[in-house]
Amino acid sequence: MESLDDSALSLAVFVPLVVAAAMLLVPRENETAHKLMALGATLATFAVGMLILARFDYGASDQLQFRVDAPWIDVINSRYLLGVDGISLPLLVLSMFVCVLVVVYSWNHFPEPHNPKAFLILILVLETGMNGTFVAQDLILFFVFFEVVLLPMYFMIGVWGGEQRQYAAIKFFLFTLFGSALMILSFLALYFSGGQTFSIQELVAVAADNIPRSTQLIIFGGLFMGFAIKVPMFPFHTWLPDAHTQAPTQGSVILAAILLKLGTYGFIRIAIPILPEAAMAWAPVIGGLAVVGIIYGALGCLAQSDMKRLIAFSSVAHMGFVMLGIATLTDFGINAAVFGMVAHGLITGMLFFVAGSVKDRFHTLELSRLGGLLLQAPRMGWILGFCAMASLGLPGLAGFWGEFPAILAAYSPAEGLSEALFRTYMVIAALGTVLAAGYLLWMLQRAAFGTPKPEFAEAPIADMHWPEYVAWVPMLVLILVLGIFPGLLFGLTDGAVGNALSSFGAGG
Amino acid sequence: METLFRSPSVDFHAFAPEIVLVLVLVVLLFVDLVFEERGRWATSTVAGIGLLASLVPVLTLAVAGGDRSLFDGAYVVDDFALVLKGLFLVAGYVTVLISTDYVAEGDYYEGEYYFLLLSSLLGMTVMASARDLISIFVALELLSIPAYLLAGWRKRDLRGNEASLKYYLLGVFASAVMLYGMSLVFGVTGSTVLSEIGDALAGGSSTVPVVTVGIVFVVVGFGFKVSAVPFHTWAPDTYQGAPTPITAFLSVASKAAGFVALLQLVFIAFLGQDDVWAPLFWVLAALTMTVGNLIALRQTNIVRLLAYSSVAQAGFMLAPLAVAASIPAERGGIANATEAVVTYLIIYAAMNLGAFAVVMAVARKTRSGEIGSYGGLFDYAPGLAVLMAVFLFALAGIPPLGGWYAKFVVFKSLLDAGTGAAVALAVVAAVNSVIALFYYASVARQMFMDPVPDGDTTRVQVPAALTASLALCAVATVAFGFFPNLAARLGDVALFGALP
Repeated sequence: MESLDDSALSLAVFVPLVVAAAMLLVPRENETAHKLMALGATLATFAVGMLILARFDYGASDQLQFRVDAPWIDVINSRYLLGVDGISLPLLVLSMFVCVLVVVYSWNHFPEPHNPKAFLILILVLETGMNGTFVAQDLILFFVFFEVVLLPMYFMIGVWGGEQRQYAAIKFFLFTLFGSALMILSFLALYFSGGQTFSIQELVAVAADNIPRSTQLIIFGGLFMGFAIKVPMFPFHTWLPDAHTQAPTQGSVILAAILLKLGTYGFIRIAIPILPEAAMAWAPVIGGLAVVGIIYGALGCLAQSDMKRLIAFSSVAHMGFVMLGIATLTDFGINAAVFGMVAHGLITGMLFFVAGSVKDRFHTLELSRLGGLLLQAPRMGWILGFCAMASLGLPGLAGFWGEFPAILAAYSPAEGLSEALFRTYMVIAALGTVLAAGYLLWMLQRAAFGTPKPEFAEAPIADMHWPEYVAWVPMLVLILVLGIFPGLLFGLTDGAVGNALSSFGAGG
Repeated sequence: METLFRSPSVDFHAFAPEIVLVLVLVVLLFVDLVFEERGRWATSTVAGIGLLASLVPVLTLAVAGGDRSLFDGAYVVDDFALVLKGLFLVAGYVTVLISTDYVAEGDYYEGEYYFLLLSSLLGMTVMASARDLISIFVALELLSIPAYLLAGWRKRDLRGNEASLKYYLLGVFASAVMLYGMSLVFGVTGSTVLSEIGDALAGGSSTVPVVTVGIVFVVVGFGFKVSAVPFHTWAPDTYQGAPTPITAFLSVASKAAGFVALLQLVFIAFLGQDDVWAPLFWVLAALTMTVGNLIALRQTNIVRLLAYSSVAQAGFMLAPLAVAASIPAERGGIANATEAVVTYLIIYAAMNLGAFAVVMAVARKTRSGEIGSYGGLFDYAPGLAVLMAVFLFALAGIPPLGGWYAKFVVFKSLLDAGTGAAVALAVVAAVNSVIALFYYASVARQMFMDPVPDGDTTRVQVPAALTASLALCAVATVAFGFFPNLAARLGDVALFGALP
C-alpha cells in the first residue's frame, strides 16, 4: 500500500491521458472499444479516488497528503509537486465522479458529428487537466494543468456544439487565454519577489513577509484576472452563456461541474494564502462583484427564453455566492464556498444533463415551446423539479449548504473588513436567493407543468433510458446525502481551510 | 633558425563536424556524377546519413568537454557552439527527410539540391563557432549563397524567381550594410576578434559616434537575416515562392543562424555598448511581434501565414536581447538571455518544421496552399489534422505543448530584468500571444469545424520519409512540453566559453 500511496495522485492524473493516447491507435470505426476504454479509464481513475478517500488521514486534513516531490524543470526550480488536503480532495473526487458519469451518459448520446473516438479522447484529456489542477502544488505545474483543459474544451464546443459553436469556442478560448497570460506573469512575479520558488507551500510561508504591500496588490490583480475570468465573475462572465449554450451536453456538464471550480479553487489555494494583505485589500471589490454577479445572473435568468442559457446564467449567480463566501476571508465563508463549489457542480451538472436530454427529445430548448414534461416523461420531469429545488437552495438538499452559510458568513467578515459593507452584501445576496427561487420555479413551471404544446402533443416522447439512469442516480443520491449530512464535507474541508487562512493570524 | 611563418596548430577534433560535412559534400558530388538518373535517390540517403554522421563528432566533443579555441580566438568550440551545431544538424536532417519525396517527384536536380543544402548547413556550423568578424562574414556568405539558389529552385515558376531574386538582392544589400558596419568597428578597435573588440569597447573612451553607427549597421544587417520588422519584407514572398522544404529550412535553420551571430556579436563584442543596442532591440522586438501578428491575421495562404507567424516568433526571440544588459548578475545576467534565446530556438525548430511537414503532406492531395483548402481535413486525414493542431497550438504557446516553455523563458527573462521597459515589453508580448492564438486557431477551425471545400475526401498518402519527420517533430514538440527540462538543459549549458 505504501508504494501505492506514492503513486496514487500520479495515477489519478495520468491514467486518463495514457488511455487517451492508447485510443489514438484504435481505428475510429471500433466504437464499442472506444467506449469501453474510456469507461475503463474513468472508472480506474475513480477507483484510485476511492482508494485515496479510504487512505486519507481525516485527522490531518489540513496537511498535504499523498505527496509526490520529484524534479521537473531544474533550471527554473520548478518541481513535480503533488498533494491533496481537505480542500482539494472533494474537488478531485468530484472531478473523477463527474467524468465517469459523463462517459456513461455519452453511451448513446453522441452529438453530431458523432465520432465517439475523438469525443471520448477529449473528455479523458480534460480529466487529466482537471485532476492535475486540483493536486498540483507547484505554480508552474498548476499553470500547465490549468491550461490543458483549454484545447479539449475548445474543440468540444467548436466541433460538437450548436449553431453558433465557432464563435462560442473562440470566445471561450481567447477570454481564458487572456486571463492566463496575466496569471503566468503574476506567477513569475511571485517567483522573483517571493524567494525564487514556485512551490505553493513555500510561497505561503515566505511571500507575505518578503513582498511589499504595493507589489502584492499588483500581483493579486494579475491572479484575480486569471481566476475571475475562469469562475467567471461579473463583468468577465460574457463568455460563459455562449460557451454553455453552444457546448454539447457533456461539455456543459463538465464546464459547469468542474471547469468553473478551477477559478474559485485558484483563489482559495493560491491567491489568498500567498498574498493575505492584498486579499484583504481586494476583498471588498471581490465581494462587491460577487453580489453584482448574484443579482445580474438572476435578472439575466429571468430574461432568457432558452432553458440552457437560463441555467448558464444561474451559474453566474451561484458562483457569485461562492465568491462572496471567499471574499469574507473567514473560516466559515470559505468552508461554505468549497461546499458551494461541490454542490453547484452536482446540481448544475444535473440540470445540464436534463436539459441535454430534453433537447434530445424535443430538439429545442425554447421555453415557450416546451411544457407538460411531467405528462410526457414524468420521471425526467420529476428529476428536473428535484434539481430546480436543490438549485434554489431548499434546505435538506446540497444547494442549501453552499448558499446559506455564505450569506451568513457575510454578516461577520474577517477582522479588518468593513462590517457595514459586507452586511449590505449579505442583504443583496439574500435578495438573490428570492430571485433564484423565482427563475427556477418559472423555468420548472414552463417546462414541466401544464400540457404539452400542440406541436409535440402527438410526438412519442421517451422517458429515461438506462444510460441516463446510471449517470443521474448517483448524482441525485449525492445531492440528497450532502443535503442531509453536510458534516461529511464540512468535516473534511474545515481543517484545510483553517490552514489556508493561517497567514491571516487573528483573522482565521 | 626561426621561420617567419608558423603554421597554426589545428585541433582536428574541434573541426571534426565540419570535416565530416565536407567529406559528405564530396561524396554527394561523386554520387551525382557517377549514378545515372535512376540512381539519384541515393543522394538524399547520403545527405541524411552524412548529417547524422556529422552529429557524432559533436557528441564526442560534448563528452570530451572543455572549450577549444583555435586561430587566436577566431574560432571557438564551446558549449554554446556545440548545442547550436547540434540544432543545425538535426534541423538539416529533418529538412532532408521532408525534401526526399518532394525533390524526387519534382523535376529537380537532386544531387545539386542536397549539395547546396549541406553547404548552407556547413556555413551554419561554422557560424556557431565563429568569434571573429571575418569568420562570421565568411560563415554568413557560406550559408546564404546556397540558400539564394535553393529559394529559386523551381526555375520555371514565376514566384520561385521572385523568391530567389528578392532574397538575393535584399540579402546582398544586408551583407553590404553589415560589412560596412564591421569595417567601422574594426577601424575604431583595431581588431576583428570579438573578445578583443569587446575589451576595446568596454573602456569608455570608445563611445564615439562611429562605433554607434557600426553597431547599428551590424544589427540591421542581421535584422534582415532573422526577418525582424521592418527588415522582413523579403520573407513572405520568398517563403511562398521557394520550395516548401526550403521555406521550412529558411524559417528555422537560417533564422537560427542569424540569431547565433547576433548573440555572439552583441554579447561578446558589443557588451559594453548596451545603451546603443538595448533600445534598438526593444523597438525591433516590439515591432516584429506586433506587426508580424497583425499581418498574419489577414493571410489566406498557409505558407504566408506561417511566414508571418515566424516573423512574429522572431520578435519573441529578440525580446531577451533587448533586456539582457539589465538582468542583474545574480540572476544570470546575459547568460540568462542567451539561455532564453537558445531554448526558444530549439523548441521553435521542432514545432515550425513540424507545421511545414504537415503543409507538405496536405499539399500532396490538395495541391493548394490556401487555408480554405484545409476545410474538413479532420474528416479524411484525422492524423494530419491532429498533428497540425499540435504544431499550431504549440506555436501559440498553449500548454502542455512545447511552445509554452519557449514563451515562458522569454517572459522569465523579461521579468528577471525587471526594469520598466522590460515589463512593458512583457505586456506587449502577452497581448501578442493572445492575438497569435486567433490565427492559429482559425486554421484549426478550418480543419475541424468546416466542411471539405470540394467534397474530395480521398485519403492523403504520406510517404515514409515525411512520416518520419512528422513523428520526430511531434514527439519533440510534445516532449518539450511535458519535460521542458530537455530543452531547458540544452539552453542552460549553451553558454559562451569566454563568459564568466
